[in-house]
Amino acid sequence: MKLGRAVRGSYLSLVFVFLYAPVAVLIVFSFNAAKSRSVWGGFTLEWYRKLFSNAEILSSLRVTLIVALLSAAIATLVATVTCIGLDGLTKRRRAVVMNLTYVPIVNPDLVTGISLMLLFVFLQLPLGFVTLLLAHVAFNIPYAILSILPKMKQLDRHLYEAALDLGAKPSQAIARVILPEIMPGVVTAMILTFTLSIDDFVISYFTSGASVSNLAITIYSMARKSVNPQINALSALMFLTVLVLLLVVNFRSNRDLGKTKEGRTR
Amino acid sequence: MRLRWLAYPYVLWTVVFTVAPLLLVAWFAFTAVQPDGSSAFTLDGFRSIVAGDRVPLDLLGLQEVFGLTVGVPLYVNVFVKSLQIALLSTLACLLFGYPAAYLLARRRARQRGGTDLLLLLFVIPMWMNALLRTYAWLALLEPNGIVNTVLAAVGLPKGQFLYNDFGIGLGMVYNYLPFMVLPIYSVLVKVDRSLVEAAEDLGADRRRVFTRVVLPLSMPGVMSGVNMVFMPAMTTFLIPNLLGGGRYMLIGNVIERQYMIARDWTTASALSIVLLVFVLASMRFMTRYEKGNEGGGVLL
Amino acid sequence: MAEGTRPILELVGVNKSYGDTQVLTDISFPIRSNEFITLLGPSGCGKTTTLRILAGFERPDSGDVLFEGASLLDVPPFKRRLNTVFQRYALFPHLDVFENVAFGLRLRKTPEAEVKARVAAALKTVDLDGYGKRWVDQLSGGQMQRVAIARAIVNGPEILLLDEPLGALDLKMRKEMQIELKDMQKRLGITFVYVTHDQEEALTMSDTVVVMREGVIQQVGSPTDVYNEPRNAFVADFIGESNILPARMEKDFEIAFAGHRFACVDRRRAEADVDVVVRPEDIVLAPPVEGGLNGVVTSVVFKGVHYEMIVECDGTEWMVHSTDQAAEGDRAALVFGPEDIHVMDRSPFSPDAHGILPADLAGRAARASADEGDPDR
Ligand SMILES: Nc1ncnc2c1ncn2[C@@H]1O[C@H](COP(=O)(O)OP(=O)(O)OP(=O)(O)O)[C@@H](O)[C@H]1O
Ligand SMILES: [Mg+2]
Repeated sequence: MKLGRAVRGSYLSLVFVFLYAPVAVLIVFSFNAAKSRSVWGGFTLEWYRKLFSNAEILSSLRVTLIVALLSAAIATLVATVTCIGLDGLTKRRRAVVMNLTYVPIVNPDLVTGISLMLLFVFLQLPLGFVTLLLAHVAFNIPYAILSILPKMKQLDRHLYEAALDLGAKPSQAIARVILPEIMPGVVTAMILTFTLSIDDFVISYFTSGASVSNLAITIYSMARKSVNPQINALSALMFLTVLVLLLVVNFRSNRDLGKTKEGRTR
Repeated sequence: MRLRWLAYPYVLWTVVFTVAPLLLVAWFAFTAVQPDGSSAFTLDGFRSIVAGDRVPLDLLGLQEVFGLTVGVPLYVNVFVKSLQIALLSTLACLLFGYPAAYLLARRRARQRGGTDLLLLLFVIPMWMNALLRTYAWLALLEPNGIVNTVLAAVGLPKGQFLYNDFGIGLGMVYNYLPFMVLPIYSVLVKVDRSLVEAAEDLGADRRRVFTRVVLPLSMPGVMSGVNMVFMPAMTTFLIPNLLGGGRYMLIGNVIERQYMIARDWTTASALSIVLLVFVLASMRFMTRYEKGNEGGGVLL
Repeated sequence: MAEGTRPILELVGVNKSYGDTQVLTDISFPIRSNEFITLLGPSGCGKTTTLRILAGFERPDSGDVLFEGASLLDVPPFKRRLNTVFQRYALFPHLDVFENVAFGLRLRKTPEAEVKARVAAALKTVDLDGYGKRWVDQLSGGQMQRVAIARAIVNGPEILLLDEPLGALDLKMRKEMQIELKDMQKRLGITFVYVTHDQEEALTMSDTVVVMREGVIQQVGSPTDVYNEPRNAFVADFIGESNILPARMEKDFEIAFAGHRFACVDRRRAEADVDVVVRPEDIVLAPPVEGGLNGVVTSVVFKGVHYEMIVECDGTEWMVHSTDQAAEGDRAALVFGPEDIHVMDRSPFSPDAHGILPADLAGRAARASADEGDPDR
C-alpha cells in the first residue's frame, strides 16, 4: 500500500518535472550573461533591456494584440448574430451550416492555413495585415459559435415573442431580452477567440506574407536564425502573464462558487 | 423566431472562407501554370507522389537491423515516416498520459469540490506558445546542451538527441501530452463511483475493477485523446523544422517547403489533399467508437 | 418468522461518523437466515451507510460486523458473500444486459456454458428473458431495476442488500415489483436486507423492520409489533397514521389523556408520564354522550376504501378512519376500547403536553415539561 502510494506520487512528480523542466530552463537562461541556450555565464538583465528596445519584437507584439482584439471582436459579433439567426432555420439547413462550422475545427491547421493562403492569392489580395486579420476571423468564428450556441439553446424561445407582445421592436427585443441571456456565452467566446488568436502560429505563418509579422512568426524566424536569449526573456514574460491570468481567473471563479454555495445553504 | 435572415451573412462567409479555400486546394492540385500564364489540367502533382525518385524505405532505422531495402517513391517514404513517428508519439502519449490522467482523476475524486490545483499545474505549460515550448527543448537536447552536460557530469557518454527520430518524437510527446491527458481525465472523473463499487460487490479485485470497468469506460476519452494527438503529430511542420535542424523531413514540413520555398504548388496541393483525406479518414475511423463524448471541451 | 434461527449476519455496536457528524450511533441488530429485514427511516437517517458497512464499502469507526460469528471487517467487498442492488442501479453502461448479469460469473471464471445457462435463468427470474442483447440505456426504469437484481442474484449470494430499489419507479410499477421481490425472496431462499423510507412498503414486505432516526435505532420488530406496539412517538408517527397524545398513568390499567380518564390494558408506575397512540381505524364515531370524548367533524375526505375524517375535541384534532360517512359540522363522540390504547414511554419525540391533560393534572404536566428542558423535535 505505502509503496504503491510512493510510486504513484513519484510518477506524477516525474511527469511534472518533464512538463516544467523546459520552461524552467527557458526562464533561467533568460538571465544568462553568456549568449548561449545552455551554458551559464553569469546573471544579467540585459536581454530584457534589449527586448524592450527591439523594434521588430515590439511591432510584432502590437500586430499580435491588434489582430487578437479585432478578430475576437469581429468573430464574436458575427457569431452572436449568426446564433440568433440559426434558431430560426429549418433543422436540415441548420445541420448543413453546423457541419460547415465544424470543418475549420476538424481540419489540420496546416491545411486551413494553406487553403486560406490560396484563397487570398486567388482573390489577388496581397498577403499582409488584412489577410492576417481575415484568416484569424475565419478560424475564430467557429469557436465563437460553439461557445454561444449552447446558451442560445437554453434560451426560452417564447422570451422573444413575449417581448414583441409587450411592444418591443425586434431590435429592442434582441438587445433587452436575448442578449442579456446569452451574455455569458458571448464573454466566453470573446476570451476564447482572443487567446486562440494570440496563440496561433501556423495559420498566421501562411497568411501574413513577408511584410507583417506577429509575435509567433517573429519568434519562429529568430529561433531558426541563431541563438537569441531575447526569446528566453520574452518566453519568461509570457509565461508569467499567463500564470497570473490563470490564477486570477481561477481564484475568481472559486470565489463565485463559494458565494453560490453559501447562497444555497441559506 | 423570424430572425433567420441573421444567419445568412455567415452562410455566405463559410462559402467564401471554408468551402472555397478547400476547393482551391483541389483546383491547384489538378492544374499547373503554363508558360503563357494560363492554367491547365494536369495530374503531375499526384504522379510525382507515386512515381517520384525512389529512395530506400525508412522504417525508423529498423530496415538496417533486418537488412532489407525497399525502394519507394520519395514522398511515399516521407509519408510512411511521418505516420510512424505520429503513431509512436501517440502511443507514447497514451502510455505516459493514461496513468497521469488516472492519478489526477483519483486525487480529484478524493478531494471533492474546489479547484484541482494539480490539474491547473498540468494545464499551465499548455498556455505557453507551442513554439516556445518546442524551442525550450533545444537548450536541453543540443549536443552541448543541459542533458548532455548532466550525462557527462555523472560519467555517462553524451548522446545525440536532436535532429533525429528521438528528438522529434520527444518534441511531439511534450507538446501533445496534455491533449491526451485531459480528455482521459475528464472521462475518468465522471466515472460513477458506484460502478466501481458494483464491480467490487460482484467480486472484482482492484486490478479487475480497472480492466473490466474503469478502462472500458474511459475508452471514449482515450479515443478522443488519440485523435487529438495523432492529428497534429501527423501534420506538424513546426516540430521537424525546429528540432530537425533543417534536414529532417516529415509530411508537414515537406508541404510547407513546397509552398513557401520550392513553390511547386501543384505537388504541394496534391500532397495536402492526400494528407487531409488520410487524416479525416483516420479520425472518422476513431470517432466511430466514440459515443457522444465531448473530450475536447475541457481544453479551455 | 425466523425467531429461533441464529443470525447469519450481525451488526454489533457500530458507530460511524463523517468528519464531525455522527451518522450512526451504536447500531446493533441481528440478521437471520432467510429473513426479509428492512431498514426504515426518514431520508438521511443512515440507512445507506449501514448497508455500505455491511457490503464493505465503508469501515465503521468502532463496533463489528459478524458473518456467521466471525468478523467481516478485514474482508474486502469483493470477497464478501453478499451482493448489492444499488440505489441508482449502477449498471455498467459499456456492457449489454447479458454481460451486466454475467459480470460476476465471468470474474469467477465460470465455464461459458454455465454462464449462459445461469444468466438466462436469472433473466427469466426477473421476467426479462430475451433482453440480453439490449444496451442498458435502452431499458425502462423498472427493467433496469430488474437487471440490477438479476446481476446480484445470479451469483447465488447468501445475502442480498437492496438500497431503495424501487425508489425510482412509479406507483403501479412499485406495487408490482414489491410483490415480485417478496415472491423471489421466498422462492430463492435468500436473506434480504432492504432499505426504504416508505413505511407501507416496509410493513407489507418484511419479516423484521428496523426503524432508524438520525443514526439511532428506535425499534426492531415484526411489522405487527412496530405497528401495534410502537416503542415511542417517533415510531408511532412514522409507521402509519396515528393520533399521538401525551398521557399520564393513573394506576395500573387506568390512564389519563385528552382531558379524560380511560381504562387500558397496560400496567406502569402510577403517575408516570407516557404517550399514547390510538390508530385512526380503531376509533368509532358515535352520537355525543355526556362525559364522553365529544367533538365536531371538521373535514371528511374519501380515500377509496374508507373516509378519513378530522374530529376536533377541545382544540385537539383526531384522525378517524371509518367506512361510515359523517358530515362536516356533525357532532360526534370518539369511542375506542382499552385494547386500542397503546401506551409508550416518553421520548424526545413526544407531542407537546400543554392543555391536553385533565385540568387537575395540567399544572403538574407543565412543571414536568419545564424540567425536561428543551425537548428536541
Ligand atoms: N461520504 C459522506 N461524507 C459525508 N457525509 C455523508 C457521506 N455519506 C453520507 N453522509 C451523511 O450521512 C448521513 C446518512 O446518510 P445515508 O446516505 O446513510 O442516509 P439514508 O438514510 O440512506 O438517506 P436516503 O433515504 O436519503 O438515501 C446523511 O446526513 C449524509 O449527509
Ligand atoms: Mg440512501
